[in-house]
Amino acid sequence: MSFVYLIFIPMLAALVIPFLYKKVPGIHTGWFVLAVPAILFGLYTTFLSKVKNGESFTSTFDWIPSLNISVTSYIDGLSLLFSLLITGIGTLVVLYSIFYLDKTREQLHNFYVYLLLFMTAMLGVVQSDHLISLYFFWELTSISSFLLIGYWYKRDRSRFGALKSMMITVFGGLMMLGGFVLLSIMGDTYSIRELIASAPELANHEWFVWSLILVLLGAFTKSAQFPFYIWLPDAMEAPTPVSAYLHSATMVKAGLYLVARFTPIYASSEWWIWLVTGIGLLTLLWGSFFALKQTDLKGILAFSTVSQLGLIMSLLGAGAISLHTGIEDDNSIFKYAAFAAIFHLVNHATFKGSLFMIAGIVDHETGTRDIRKLGGLMSLMPISFTIALIGSFSMAGLPPFNGFLSKEMFLSGMLSIPEFDFFAFDTWGMLFPIIAWIASVFTFVYSFYFVFRTFTGKHKPDLLPKQAHEAPIGMLISPAILGSLVVAIFFIPNLIGDVLVKPAVVAIQPFLYSVPEDVDIHIAAWHGPNAELWMTIGIVALGYLLYATLSKWQPLYNKFPQGFTLNRLYDFMMFLSEVGTNRLSRIYMTGFIRSYLVYMFTGIVLLTIGTVFIKDAFEVSFATVAPIHFYELVIVLVLIAGTLTILFAKSRLTSIIALGAVGYSVALFFVIFNAPDLALTQLVIETVSVALFLLAFYHLPKLNRHENRMKFRLANALVAIGVGVTVTIVALSAHSQKLVSSISSYYEKTVYTEAGGGNIVNVILVDYRGFDTLFEIAVLAIASLGIIAMIRLRLTKKKEVNRIEDQ
Amino acid sequence: MKTNDVILQTTTKIIFFIIFLFSIHIFFAGHYTPGGGFVGGLLTASGIVLLLLAFDLKTVTTALPINYTVMTAIGLLLALSTAAGSIFFNVPFFTHAFDYFELPLLGKQSLHTAMLFDTGVYLVVVGVTMTIIQSIGADD
Repeated sequence: MSFVYLIFIPMLAALVIPFLYKKVPGIHTGWFVLAVPAILFGLYTTFLSKVKNGESFTSTFDWIPSLNISVTSYIDGLSLLFSLLITGIGTLVVLYSIFYLDKTREQLHNFYVYLLLFMTAMLGVVQSDHLISLYFFWELTSISSFLLIGYWYKRDRSRFGALKSMMITVFGGLMMLGGFVLLSIMGDTYSIRELIASAPELANHEWFVWSLILVLLGAFTKSAQFPFYIWLPDAMEAPTPVSAYLHSATMVKAGLYLVARFTPIYASSEWWIWLVTGIGLLTLLWGSFFALKQTDLKGILAFSTVSQLGLIMSLLGAGAISLHTGIEDDNSIFKYAAFAAIFHLVNHATFKGSLFMIAGIVDHETGTRDIRKLGGLMSLMPISFTIALIGSFSMAGLPPFNGFLSKEMFLSGMLSIPEFDFFAFDTWGMLFPIIAWIASVFTFVYSFYFVFRTFTGKHKPDLLPKQAHEAPIGMLISPAILGSLVVAIFFIPNLIGDVLVKPAVVAIQPFLYSVPEDVDIHIAAWHGPNAELWMTIGIVALGYLLYATLSKWQPLYNKFPQGFTLNRLYDFMMFLSEVGTNRLSRIYMTGFIRSYLVYMFTGIVLLTIGTVFIKDAFEVSFATVAPIHFYELVIVLVLIAGTLTILFAKSRLTSIIALGAVGYSVALFFVIFNAPDLALTQLVIETVSVALFLLAFYHLPKLNRHENRMKFRLANALVAIGVGVTVTIVALSAHSQKLVSSISSYYEKTVYTEAGGGNIVNVILVDYRGFDTLFEIAVLAIASLGIIAMIRLRLTKKKEVNRIEDQ
Repeated sequence: MKTNDVILQTTTKIIFFIIFLFSIHIFFAGHYTPGGGFVGGLLTASGIVLLLLAFDLKTVTTALPINYTVMTAIGLLLALSTAAGSIFFNVPFFTHAFDYFELPLLGKQSLHTAMLFDTGVYLVVVGVTMTIIQSIGADD
């Protein structure tokens, strides 16, 4: 079954969405869209049982065979898990959005087109086995999320957030591409599976660490790790269904996917373990700490996402340690780490998805997300409150919710890091459990802060823009499903573990296991009075204490220096690049076309003459020159005369006509030298351009020829002579040295048999070099759009000014 | 300042169709003899330019109510989809096909997918040239 095409189904569906939106205005467009992720989810679940037995599948679509680039879909435990998340959460998000987005007020077709595009991009990222197609889909996620975040494009904040996310993630993506290129050169393949197979040889390569760091930059920017997390809070300007989808379930997890997928390649490096674990833990602490500074519900969730991603990241790093300890060491906890990472990833998708939707519901029903204005909604919105409670408690790591299970495993993983006795972990490792514990305390506090500040306390109806009431039932379905999953996973964790997590772990740790049955990990809610349990009790005790005294110490956040933050740094860099480029362009953008021509011609002369000089390529040989006929001389004389007339003509009209004469003479040469096609084109072009000149004639600025000073004209003369000399040198050299025989004989031979044509020029244009033509007409089209922008838009502005003046 | 040049206008009315037919001929003949979408498009555009010179912008737009921007877009789409259509036949991007057919009235003729692509080029060239000329011509 060629399931690689499934990736493109959302993108193809996006093509018909605008028509459905226009033609069927009575039905919310979301209902049509809903079918796409739902069907895909169903199709991907059919792989579950086979993947559980350790099978994997590939399906290839040759994209650019001549460059060995293909879209290869590779389904194993890891990519299947992600595909199910993308389509499953996608279905719920679309369902939720049907009730969230108003069909009369919102541009629904744009929204769903972007969303479906994004879905294709994400599926492509997680299923690609080919580095280049992975990169392609990776950047497609950046672009489609840019469109989604900037969906309410009339708001400044939305555009700012969209631009910020794109700047940072595309920067990371480019770095990642560099890493991929290094990897593909080192391993002489683009296939990730083949790279994994040759991982031991790669590790000895001198570029290994470079490619590692570059790939990690891509993963860290996408997964909002420190210090790149700054785009994620701003991305909350997107509509809430988008936030729920992009920033809890899918896009930010692309970085985690990348780290998980490349773990087998890089796990042997201490750089990988230190960077992934260290940055992950730092992000966890930083995000959980600053979540309490936020007053916006979605802001809290954004920082919470940042910190939870850090948690999963650090677990993935710890899981990479298992390569060094091996499976024989039964006490080694590191083999659990990757399991815990994937398990928490699933749990996070469930509880964070539901919390985002609840935040959206609160916003939708009260008109504000400001936690200072909210409060006491429990009695008004009981169902939302229940779901929010479940999600928050799970996030805080309390039983009986799934977050508890993965949090315990996380603490186990961090506790055992100091036991690892190389890469300096035995000395510095003590910090890991301490940081993890502190961060968990803050996680507990912000979870409570989120749910209780919103739903308990005093109700302040006068501060709310809308009369608060429970959300419509349709809006509650999706968060309720996710909320019940949160509880269900706690009671049947091993089902999820066997079906989803273990196959994914095999993909991350192929050096430990070969089939999912080998993963001998059993999730237990109760595991005796061990250190993890005491740590949890400590978290609850201190966390509750901190939450109870929150109002006393929360103002401390304002004492932090505001002058130098990462956001300020970003703003400063953007400002610098804007002002800097502005100044720079003001120097060379004079507004006179003659200046630009001088730059261009000088560039051409320097580059060409320079190359000819360096390569010592100038050569003159008159051996093959044909005899010159008298009439050819005459045309040359006409050419020269025409050119001189242009130079010395007093009026513009004479210049234009002389230019036409030059063009027609060149066309005559084409006729003489058996190039009727070129001659024909030249003749028509000449006619049209003379007509154009005449049309634009009245609008040309009235420049006085004599006002130019001598110096200026000398420089111009130098450039002009330079161009003439360059062209002559190139023409003479090209004529004198023929290293290879002319290609025209090949065309002569094949033009009829291969392309069924008689006119070589036209066949080259439309067939042999059709790509060139395609891009040429694309350039033409863009140029005409540019002219419309310059002339027509200016016209309307002028009309507006006139209208205002008339009044 | 509109001059009413009767001779120019009358001859233009006839010459335009000659130019247009010639451009169509050149376009179709392109695969075997000099011509093709690019020149054909330019010739058509030059014919319309002649109309513009003889009459004025408003008259010509009423006579030929064509949105040239849309024309450009259609041309681009046609060219691109011809190139991309090869995907459905499991051959590389931009693979052309041709064959000979017995057509009513015309007899044995060859049909090329390259022709479709060339039609795209033709439309783009006409669209772009006319967009530029109209924009500049309307700017007063």
